[in-house]
Amino acid sequence: MSLFGEVPQAIPVAVFKLSNDFKDDPNPMKVNLGVGAYRTDEGQPWVLPVVKKVEKIIVADNSLNHEYLPILGLPEFRSSASKIALGEDSPAIQENRVGAVQCLGGTGALKMGAEFLRRWYNGNDNMKTPVYVSAPTWENHNSVFANAGFEDVRPYKYWDAEKRGLDLAGFLGDLETAPKHSIFVLHACAHNPTGTDPTHVEWMQVAEVMKRRKLFVFFDSAYQGFASGCLDKDAWAVRYFVTQGFEMFCAQSFSKNFGLYNERVGNLTIVARDADNVRRVLSQMEKIVRVTWSNPPSQGARLVAITLNTAELFAEWKDNVKTMADRVLSMRASLQAKLQALGTPGTWGHITQQIGMFSFTGLNPKQVEYMIKERSIYLMASGRINMCGLTTKNIDYVAKSIHETVVNVQ
Amino acid sequence: MRQTCNSDGGVGSTENVKARGITIFSIFVDTPTAAPNPETKLLADFKKDTHLSKVYLAGREYLNEEGQTSVSPLIGKIMQQICTDPTLCPEYPSSVGLPEFTRRATELVLGRDCHAIVENRVLGVQTVGCTGAVRLGAELLKHWYNVRGVWCGPVYLSSPCDDSLAGIFEAAGIQDVRRYRYWDTEQRGVCVQKMMEDLEMAPEQSVIVLSASAHCPTGSDLSQKHWRLLTQLMVRCRFFPFFLLPAQGLCHGDFEQDAWPVRLCASLGMELLCAQSFSHSFGLYGERVGHLLCVLKQSSTLLAVQSQAEKQVRALWSRPSVGGARVVATVLSNPAHHVEWQEGVKSMVERGILVRERLREKLRLLGCPGSWDHLIQQGGLYCCTGLNVQQVEFLEKRRHIYLHPNGCLNVSAINSRNLDYVAESIHLALTSVF
Repeated sequence: MSLFGEVPQAIPVAVFKLSNDFKDDPNPMKVNLGVGAYRTDEGQPWVLPVVKKVEKIIVADNSLNHEYLPILGLPEFRSSASKIALGEDSPAIQENRVGAVQCLGGTGALKMGAEFLRRWYNGNDNMKTPVYVSAPTWENHNSVFANAGFEDVRPYKYWDAEKRGLDLAGFLGDLETAPKHSIFVLHACAHNPTGTDPTHVEWMQVAEVMKRRKLFVFFDSAYQGFASGCLDKDAWAVRYFVTQGFEMFCAQSFSKNFGLYNERVGNLTIVARDADNVRRVLSQMEKIVRVTWSNPPSQGARLVAITLNTAELFAEWKDNVKTMADRVLSMRASLQAKLQALGTPGTWGHITQQIGMFSFTGLNPKQVEYMIKERSIYLMASGRINMCGLTTKNIDYVAKSIHETVVNVQ
Repeated sequence: MRQTCNSDGGVGSTENVKARGITIFSIFVDTPTAAPNPETKLLADFKKDTHLSKVYLAGREYLNEEGQTSVSPLIGKIMQQICTDPTLCPEYPSSVGLPEFTRRATELVLGRDCHAIVENRVLGVQTVGCTGAVRLGAELLKHWYNVRGVWCGPVYLSSPCDDSLAGIFEAAGIQDVRRYRYWDTEQRGVCVQKMMEDLEMAPEQSVIVLSASAHCPTGSDLSQKHWRLLTQLMVRCRFFPFFLLPAQGLCHGDFEQDAWPVRLCASLGMELLCAQSFSHSFGLYGERVGHLLCVLKQSSTLLAVQSQAEKQVRALWSRPSVGGARVVATVLSNPAHHVEWQEGVKSMVERGILVRERLREKLRLLGCPGSWDHLIQQGGLYCCTGLNVQQVEFLEKRRHIYLHPNGCLNVSAINSRNLDYVAESIHLALTSVF
């Protein structure tokens, strides 16, 4: 009798199922607008030129060994990664109250942060502290916090489907009514899946309520540089919160902006009141890391550290990031222009107003189904598309298909 | 350790913040300092030690004769090739890792013609090192062992065992972690009878964590005869074996022999988990190349268990890092590379055996009390000397030789330059400290 005999099939993750269906589709015109990874205009993944360069440097360097990294990760990676988020001249860094933990991608950083908070935040082992994630959000946010032991993971209002923009009043309202000390997961920029970020003024309002109501700030920063093409611009919200004196976590991913999807390069930046608090937090983080993956993987972190700490390579990387961001921006502009030229019913300004890899088109589930079944264009049931899936070769087909869908399916 | 939250300004950094008129409270004020990781502290003490003859024998890595970790030229060459391969694309790997890697890792443990593989009831998941494999296995057990009720243990660990193991199960939510007697200080070997006694008392459906070979930290393993007795007991008592195989090939220089207990259980139709690491056998520690093997009774459950494993991985680290796994897969898939790699592992084992023999001989010549046969009976990276806590402390404080507090040491850290000193010191410890 198998002990695993009654294990049920887990619900497949929607985006993976979509990719599989796309793979199996024989239609030569098919387009995959589902997966969250960058593609070139040829529809191919892109190894950043600076990454190729640094990989060669690493392989040729005989002084580098393959020993275990320290439990908290490569020191030069951790500090340079935090600088990227907080800014070279961040007061928090200057005041020596920033710490970091190298993690397995953004997920790993969220996981470590969640595990720490469940143990040590708001009274020890307080699993009842509410964790708020945006409605909608990247679906893994729910799993990471739930698996860390939090019993109460709830949505906060974010996306207004009617006006296709931020539901600021709803967001602020949820902040006002959340129990004190609740944890809020905020998208630093390029909100996934809506592509809709608060403006600076709106962020200031959010910060004011969070400070007053003593809510915990947990930023998820997976797209820094990718949104506007400028690292500093994309970090505005994180840095603003620091100037407002918040203690916070910021989960950073270098998967997208370095194209290092498969090396799992992430960093959990910790901003605390002072160095002593940082020290104590890091000591507990070490214990948590030790029983999860023991030591993080070395290659990706090394690559990022060398890049960030070498002036010309850093400049080249920023340029590569801008290349990716610019292509996304041009696809946005192009798609909107074509839809307008076709006279597609509805307003399409949100395509260029939204930012980052994703766009919430506003297509409803029936329209999405039509796109997939009749046009072999794969997008999420929510209407989310990955702009990187668009190329100069397929954009006409996609625009015409959206037009046809909107006209024929309601 | 509670620290008062000083809201009137304070030291250094807080004053700067206060000066800008911003009031903040500290959320982390109640977070105590964690007790330092004993290994970290030991290494830090060693680094501060200025004694010229100091020797660190408590590390987790295999060191060569020069006292360094190293990768073979073959591995170096393959890493170069991978770096310049234009066909490799930087995509997200699947949550369960590279298929070529999991396939080869599975075959290495079970043997290519294992019934379980042929019958398609084996799941392989690439993990972040052996720790990641144990953690994932623990999460799977916690969530899915006995669907009808919430299972929280017990899990049985050997006494002694790797000091992070208990914490891994606890972190996965399994609080009921117990020990079975394993190492007998008097006999300087495995106390099989006591082990069996302890396990006879264990409740049905207990999970038993077992070292397949080269037990960490003692280096002492069960004989094949004793493995057969143990598996009979496990079948009778309906225990679930969770094997640890962090250094396959490095115990006997023979991959089949080192995995023998796992193959035995598989051949008996048992379900099992096996956590593997390729850190030692490839010298790829930093890359974190691990694997969790799951042998099921029925192929019909495979897809469901895989889907649940993927779900757990998604909430832990999402997907593993591919670099190291790619190297391992390349070697294991190419017959010529595979042979060259195995030869390399064999020579590491030969060196280890040589060190053990020379150490034993040296101790004998010094007239060191007690029997030192266990040195050559044990295998793999570790060796349990049988020294007690006071003797270990003597070695550290008076001779600047660093062992684990339990008297275990890393054999590979002994070489021709420090062997005599180590032997003399052990002799001194045994004859002057009791």
